[in-house]
Amino acid sequence: MELFRGVNVDWLGKKWYFLAFSLVFSVAGVLSMLFWHGIKLGIDFRGGTLVYVQFEQPPDPDRIRQAMDHAGIHDSRIQPYGTAAQKQVAISLAQKETQESALDTGRQTIVQALNTNYASGGAANQGKLDLDNASQGALAQFLQQNDPEHLAGAGGGSQKYAEQAAAILNHRDHDLGGIFSSIDQLNGVADPAVVSLLKQSAYLSGFHVFAADIIGPQVGAALRKQALMATLYSLAGMLIYLWFRFELIYGVAAVVAVFHDTLITVGAFSLTNQEITLTVIAAILTLIGYSMNDTIVVFDRIRENLRISRRENLTSVVNRSINQTLSRTVLTSGLTFLTVLSLYLFGGEVLHGFSFALVIGILIGTYSSIAVAAPMLVAYQDWRAKRGKKAVLPAGKKARV
Amino acid sequence: MRKTILIIAVLLVFVFGIFRIPKGIGLSAWKTALTDNIHLGLDLKGGIHLVLQVMVEEAVGAETDNAVARVQADLQQGGFPARSVLKPDPKKPELLQIQGTPPDRTGDVRSLLDSRYGAQYTIASEANNSWTLTMKQTEVQSIEQHALQQAIDTIRTRIDNLGVTEPTIQEYNLGTNQILVELPGVDDLSRVREIIQSTARLEIHLVVGGPFPTEQAAAQSVGGTVPPEDIVMAYGGTEPDLQGQYFVLQRLPIVAGDDFRDAQPSVDENGRPDATFILTRNAGDRFYQFTSTNIGKSLAVVLDNRVQEAANIQQAIRDQGRITGLGKEKAQNLSLMLRTGALPASIHYLQESVVGPSLGADSIRKGVLASIVGMLAVMIFMLIYYHGAGINADLALMLNLIILLGFMGYSGATLTLPGIAGVILTIGMGVDSNVLIFERIREELRAGKAPAAAVDQGFAHAWVTIVDTHVTTIVSAIILFLFGTGPVKGFAVTLSFGLFANLFTAVFVSRHIFDSILKRKQRGEALSIG
Repeated sequence: MELFRGVNVDWLGKKWYFLAFSLVFSVAGVLSMLFWHGIKLGIDFRGGTLVYVQFEQPPDPDRIRQAMDHAGIHDSRIQPYGTAAQKQVAISLAQKETQESALDTGRQTIVQALNTNYASGGAANQGKLDLDNASQGALAQFLQQNDPEHLAGAGGGSQKYAEQAAAILNHRDHDLGGIFSSIDQLNGVADPAVVSLLKQSAYLSGFHVFAADIIGPQVGAALRKQALMATLYSLAGMLIYLWFRFELIYGVAAVVAVFHDTLITVGAFSLTNQEITLTVIAAILTLIGYSMNDTIVVFDRIRENLRISRRENLTSVVNRSINQTLSRTVLTSGLTFLTVLSLYLFGGEVLHGFSFALVIGILIGTYSSIAVAAPMLVAYQDWRAKRGKKAVLPAGKKARV
Repeated sequence: MRKTILIIAVLLVFVFGIFRIPKGIGLSAWKTALTDNIHLGLDLKGGIHLVLQVMVEEAVGAETDNAVARVQADLQQGGFPARSVLKPDPKKPELLQIQGTPPDRTGDVRSLLDSRYGAQYTIASEANNSWTLTMKQTEVQSIEQHALQQAIDTIRTRIDNLGVTEPTIQEYNLGTNQILVELPGVDDLSRVREIIQSTARLEIHLVVGGPFPTEQAAAQSVGGTVPPEDIVMAYGGTEPDLQGQYFVLQRLPIVAGDDFRDAQPSVDENGRPDATFILTRNAGDRFYQFTSTNIGKSLAVVLDNRVQEAANIQQAIRDQGRITGLGKEKAQNLSLMLRTGALPASIHYLQESVVGPSLGADSIRKGVLASIVGMLAVMIFMLIYYHGAGINADLALMLNLIILLGFMGYSGATLTLPGIAGVILTIGMGVDSNVLIFERIREELRAGKAPAAAVDQGFAHAWVTIVDTHVTTIVSAIILFLFGTGPVKGFAVTLSFGLFANLFTAVFVSRHIFDSILKRKQRGEALSIG
């Protein structure tokens, strides 16, 4: 089976279309960044509080917002998280309510507000244990204090109760996906005496805080700086390597192409109003590596062809090189796209932003090695020719391996 | 033949790295073996991630507090007492000021200060027989470094008391005096905070006056503004009459922090919880001297900058005492803290993340599912597109994955969610190398070369490109590892391991399989490459 055989496309002849395409997408992204959605940073860069809550019933954002308002939190953002069937919500607070001296306050206020609004039973729950949010240590301690199996005489039974607590929470977190709908679900998981104690003096709050991120302003700023530096350093590292292996112009062209990809990807995040988190930065760094990889394959072929046929003009050498590697480019991109797509479809909410960046990035990265990096070499040579310098692009240092 | 043995040996070594020796032969035994050897990050396992800031300048302040008393005593002993020794600016803990030394003994004062404090401080004489001692920068740094290390050690001991398996407690962001704490499998944030945060800085001060109903009233009692040698502190004990009251204390404690050797929760005659403390021998001597000359005055026991108790000195006390007014829980905590050592400075929280076990389990399931689906799709495609050579590529791909996981097992590097994404990208790069080689071989075959020559040429040409692409990506992965944090780092680790593995499998293993196939084929027989 073979997809591309003897293709002979004049890629450089289409450079104006490419330029238009790139311009439309970059400008759209930049405009959105400047005038529409802006660049929405995740709380890891902004600083702030983010609490992930799972509900027993489908959550109603308005009701949650009201609960928050009652608790005195007025600028909370409530977003559905994951699929509707998961009944999950992410509640976030801005940085100004996340002070370094009392980092945890925001989270506690949110939990309390939800507790007063969601737990059935109201005031009757005073002093009872919230089984949906209890930690293993708290539950074990609770059991031991109440001692439903009367083990205090027989050596205390702390081991026994710790095991029971572990079994109960394992059932909650792994079998039921984090939340009980009734304490009866514990029948057969824990001892009957334990279950009847819990029915009496524990309650279900109807929600479960399954993760929380609280990031102080100082850390947010440091992470922002660090992510930016990591990206710039890695670009510089690549530029230097390419300079060493090829010629400076190859490095510059590759870096420009990669910059183009990053701009469009970040633009896509702005256009779709998605947050840029630390994981998304990891994805952008990946796509930089990927796009660079793609560009180098084409450049390698250009270098090789330039050495074989020194008399041919650069435009046709570049065209031929792109055509020769086209089969590989399409195959690799297609296959990588396949893996990334599976990540996007099956990877779950946590990786959503990450895989979205890669889905966009791989398409753009493939396009840019053909449509941005290679034409730049030709444009550079034309510019040099116009200024009356040596017309032929240096073939690069001899490949030594 | 030798190459086959090498490849099999590598395979075995890395399979051992992934599984070690499983305890059984069932599927679950292999699964446990796998999870025992591959360390999962907090995002997959669930747990608590904290970044703490140690306020190291407090340790510098504590050192200069000590020096105040020492300087005073030294000048006294030398026979030229100063009117006062104090710390002029609370915001500059490294600064000491001596005021009113005898004007005719300036030379003696200078030589005494030089000989005793010259190593640690820069000494400057000023007008009106005053002196300023500024702690040298190297000394400040070494105290701060020591405080940070001590904070790490203390937190580690406390966490060990919690019984967490494989906690990480280490310096973070070099030079910023931050500590990273990672506690896998723990999701009880409030309890962890309580244990770590409690500075349990226990001090005993001389009471100047009090109790007063307000802070202003306390300040009024010492003339409106609190002089630098005194401090106003709120009551924080359990006595109902004293709630919300303030005391004026001498700023410098008589005994503090490290002077306490132990404290045990106990019960007084009336059955109320209290704590019995024991001082170190040295501090006991000091305390004895102080209490014996100050009978009748009041002492205040201060815990974390709050007065727990104030009582008259009835008799000289040497090294044991009792603290009332704590309440049961505080008494127990205090005892734990004092036994594990006090924190040298207080701690601020910069970042907290909690990942619940349900989210972690869900992420693993989805990450693994995505990887398997992606990999299978790629492998099936390679078989269809390249026929026989596709098997070759698929073998290389699997070996690549085994080496990558084996690396993780041996090195103890943690697999995070972005790490799984790194694995998926490694699969992508691995496929890329194979595609590069195969396409090149096809080109050579089309150009009319014999299979053996085509394979040879194909590998030779593709090799140059593969080196370039891999080195560039490894360069960027290493930079990410050096400058990145958390998820970015986890990603960089798997990516670089994967790329090294890939260089081996795609080039060496794949080549060897081609060669062995070619050896068996008749001359002129076609190569199965789609």
